[in-house]
Amino acid sequence: MSSLSDTLEHYVLLSALIFTIGGVGFLVRRNVLVQLMSIELMLNSVNLLLVAFNRVHGENMAGHMFAFFIIAVAAAEVAVGLAIVLSYYRLKATVYTDEADLLRH
Amino acid sequence: MSAGNLLFAVCAIACLVGALVTVAAQNPIRGAMGLLTTIFGIAGLFLKLRAEFLTAIQLIVYAGAVVVLFVFVLMLLGPDARAPARSGRSGASRALGGVLFAGASLLALFSLGGQLEQSHGLGNVAPGHGSVESVGQLIFSEGLFAFELVTALLIVAVIGAIAVARGRQGAVRKKQTLRSPRDLFSGPPRTRPVAGGPLGEGAE
Repeated sequence: MSSLSDTLEHYVLLSALIFTIGGVGFLVRRNVLVQLMSIELMLNSVNLLLVAFNRVHGENMAGHMFAFFIIAVAAAEVAVGLAIVLSYYRLKATVYTDEADLLRH
Repeated sequence: MSAGNLLFAVCAIACLVGALVTVAAQNPIRGAMGLLTTIFGIAGLFLKLRAEFLTAIQLIVYAGAVVVLFVFVLMLLGPDARAPARSGRSGASRALGGVLFAGASLLALFSLGGQLEQSHGLGNVAPGHGSVESVGQLIFSEGLFAFELVTALLIVAVIGAIAVARGRQGAVRKKQTLRSPRDLFSGPPRTRPVAGGPLGEGAE
């Protein structure tokens, strides 16, 4: 192996693994806080991929700009998501998504 | 093993271990610490990719704000944040969804891996690549409109978060009509009987 960290493939592989772990966590876990953290994992992996591809195609820095905007949107999403969690907890006294069945009955 | 390789290996392992801890931990506080580990690992990889500006932003916004917000909410909820759900619903469908998602994404990854056989070197970039000056210049020239939209989005998100998290407490103080489970056990005595049972059943 010539150089571990100087090829794009390693970053793609790592990013895909983190994205997969986050997606599985979002689908499998029922704790809505853990589900929000899984969404953060997926957003972070996409940021890593954007920056890695921007490093290969380094003539401009559009990837950095996109990652910056993704971070801003993720911060807004976490603020609203956690407010919704608090509101949901006030209604149901739990943070598990199994109890969120008001529209089904 | 050179210093760059060592940095990549340490950060990659931190990312993967942190992600697994985030997803697998039964206690959400441990999950938040795993998320913090992943965020630090990705910040190190940003540094390796010569994205100094994004490294700083990642540490300030994610490690400094997002994780702290998660920990605040976990502390507010207390032991209820980890108490298991009361309904004994089967987890088979969730497990099936997780397995299907993992299988599909790993299949896509390995089918793409064949096309990535020829190695893409990272190459050299201009000296100012990823610095605060260059990224800031780009954001305030090409991305100016999006930047202004993001400021509006953040303002709306903050106002919305406050409105949603406060709930209808302001209205309740005046009218005394809220029937949330929390309200049944605390607060001043009521003048009229409150309907029991779960919300949405006969409360209207």
